[in-house]
Amino acid sequence: MTSASLERILRKYDGSPHNLLQILREVQEEAGWISPASIAALEEALGVPRAKIVGAASFYAFLYLEPVGRYRILFSDNITDRMLGNRALLAQLCNLLWIEPGKMSEDGLVSVDTTSCTGMCDQGPALLVNGRALTRMNAERIEALAEQVRNQVPVAEWPAEWFVVEDNVRRRDILLASAFEPGSALRALHARVETQGVQASSPRSWREGLPRGLVGPATMLDEVKHANLRGRGRAGFTTGLKWEACRNAPLAPGQDRIVVCNADEGEPGTFKDRVLLTSHADMVFEGMTLAAYAVGARRGFLYLRGEYRYLLEHLEGVLARRRRDNLLGHNILGIPGADFDIKIHVGLGAYVCGEESALIESLEGKRGTPRNRPPFPVTNGYLDQPTIVNNVETFAATALIALHGGEWYRNIGTAQSAGSKLLSVSGDCERPGIYEFPFGVTVAEVLEACGARDTQAVQVSGPSGFTIAAHEFGRKICFEDIPTAGAFMVFDKRRDMFEVARNFVHFFAHESCGFCTPCRVGTSLLKNLMDKLHNGHGSPYDFQEIERLNHILQAMSHCGLGHSACNPVLDTIEKFRPAYEARLVHRDFTPAFDLDRALSQARQMTGRDDALAHFGVEHGETQ
Amino acid sequence: MSDTFILDGREIPFAPGQTILQAAMAAGVYIPRLCYHPEFKPHGSCKLCTVKVNGRHTASCTYKAAPGLEVESNTEELNAERRTLVQMLFVEGNHFCPSCEKSGDCQLQATAYELGMMSPHFDHFFPDRPVDASHPDLLLDFNRCILCSLCVRASRDVDKKNVFALAGRGIGSHLIVNAASGRLADTNVALEDKAVQVCPVGVILRKRRGFAVPIGQRTYDKAPISGQARTTWQEEG
Repeated sequence: MTSASLERILRKYDGSPHNLLQILREVQEEAGWISPASIAALEEALGVPRAKIVGAASFYAFLYLEPVGRYRILFSDNITDRMLGNRALLAQLCNLLWIEPGKMSEDGLVSVDTTSCTGMCDQGPALLVNGRALTRMNAERIEALAEQVRNQVPVAEWPAEWFVVEDNVRRRDILLASAFEPGSALRALHARVETQGVQASSPRSWREGLPRGLVGPATMLDEVKHANLRGRGRAGFTTGLKWEACRNAPLAPGQDRIVVCNADEGEPGTFKDRVLLTSHADMVFEGMTLAAYAVGARRGFLYLRGEYRYLLEHLEGVLARRRRDNLLGHNILGIPGADFDIKIHVGLGAYVCGEESALIESLEGKRGTPRNRPPFPVTNGYLDQPTIVNNVETFAATALIALHGGEWYRNIGTAQSAGSKLLSVSGDCERPGIYEFPFGVTVAEVLEACGARDTQAVQVSGPSGFTIAAHEFGRKICFEDIPTAGAFMVFDKRRDMFEVARNFVHFFAHESCGFCTPCRVGTSLLKNLMDKLHNGHGSPYDFQEIERLNHILQAMSHCGLGHSACNPVLDTIEKFRPAYEARLVHRDFTPAFDLDRALSQARQMTGRDDALAHFGVEHGETQ
Repeated sequence: MSDTFILDGREIPFAPGQTILQAAMAAGVYIPRLCYHPEFKPHGSCKLCTVKVNGRHTASCTYKAAPGLEVESNTEELNAERRTLVQMLFVEGNHFCPSCEKSGDCQLQATAYELGMMSPHFDHFFPDRPVDASHPDLLLDFNRCILCSLCVRASRDVDKKNVFALAGRGIGSHLIVNAASGRLADTNVALEDKAVQVCPVGVILRKRRGFAVPIGQRTYDKAPISGQARTTWQEEG
């Protein structure tokens, strides 16, 4: 990469070490990887020691400190992609290109590997080529894709239909059905302040941390509290309380309050934020602006997951239009002192950054390790400033509340779960896609709507959520019963629920940040245990081991990733025990070590595969 | 007059801002720990110091003491959980105590004894972690690294050098040094650096000092880690 382009990137990001990850991303987009020369140049320019640069970069799956080929192909490996045959397609592509998975071709042309769920479960099997999302792969497309790679056709010239991402909205309710006019929610709120005059005398100004121009910031907060809005990232924290805490947090000189939209939609099986940002970005940005108004923030971030990098230009376009229309920037709607703007931070492949404090660390250009709390982000967030982090859907709901009022909103849904929920439906059903229902909808109703038949189980809220069996299909989607971030993966009776759980366990082991002992080691131990069962070496003893690991992970882990890593295993053991028992070929204990397997490399090297080159099963049993 | 909280039935005084672990240490009560060091900001990553505060598990090194807290620490339940964590640390790396220069001075080993760990229990991972013997006076044996990040913090906060950093993610997390070559010899590390003195296990070792103190006469040969009047390893170096 030339020093001119490095200069340009550094200028774009103010040469600030806090923007290290965005700088690295742009360097890589230009150069294909982050070379030692680039690191040396950045060390010099940013004044950050190279160990810190390497330490941060190596945390993220999408930053490469080694060359990975001019075509970097990553197959999404969620269970839904597996059910649609991604593994066969991966093998086919590797065969066509004469390469091994995970290794770059010798000429440096291409590498093929897997990645965590890319959020295209409704139109998989999906993959990423040089960060661009491709959907609906099949054998013909793979063949054509291999041809494009072999002929070294630039990705930008590949057939456009491969990159089409459908919204697949199947059911609309209050949010998706609203014909939202940009600016309308801000104007509605402003009008409400004037007519109702609630706390219109608030003397504190936006410059002191509270909006002066839009008089009466408490109105927005009051409406959100009255609406009983709760966070849409599953935890369901009361949005109004979070905002109030941020708004009341003391500001040191030179500090600002910060609004962050968490669009790091990494929970496998979830893709509602993709649709909201594609087709309802104005609502989301307007919700952020309303939140800024409520808490008195002047700066905002959208943390966009790396898999949705393809949305960046579109979103930047929406932001630019909103600035032109005076819906962002200085004196919003012409109101003096009403200042707020939003920057987009593109994530780089780390599920744990969906955790709010890890997300903030990542925003600051660091490894995405969850922080010790307290203090919480509402008082000590981005660069130690009071910060609210909310889900994409929460902000969209905020815009609705500003438009129609909290009273209207609170009467939709259930007593403790006001409003509607976007469900990302995928797996074994006729019509995968986005379904918006008022809270309180039953699992059975969703299954009916999406055309699911012979359903064995539904994984609600992704691997960290709940495995729901047929006898529970009457349960409701709401905070009182089954809380969810939106994933709704359907498994019919053909599916092996053990393999579903094993896929999820691999996901957690891959995504553990490695900070705390129980999660770093425990998720890998759990993965090894599940692989042991998969390889036919399971025994009842292993159930005890799983229980033991679950206990340690839940009791001792640093954050929710570790706390929930055992959930899919415990749920499936409880509800689909036969899937496990079928694998328990031994009565009491069997070691994971398999002598015959261990000899496979020796067999490969000597070219032998006769009976004498194997340990017989009987022999192994008597060991 | 200072406030107090209850730790295993005993009243523990604390100063404002102290964490449970700090107050317990000041009162002479041992809570197992590996990544905590009194001279550095608590990190909260090893989780060995986990206690139950009003019935809830939490790391005592980062939890601020408050009046009237009911804290459990030295219970069979918590010690069993801690034992499992130590076992995890043992199988994650390559720890061969009989051949390790740090044996007898190693906090991981001493804590394992303290908690009555009789076996590693889990299958070993046997990771491939080459040593770095490039430096004339120091050896880095990454096989024993438990990712406590004490050297990282010491180098950054005390030495102002950033010689060490954590890299990678998850089970692939590992310690790196600040040199393009990746070798310690090419960093500006110095023997008198704090970072060189804080390793609780046997990663950062001085060359030509091997077995200067015979096995049997080392720190934890004399008294178990819970019975150390002061945490002597901190004074070493």
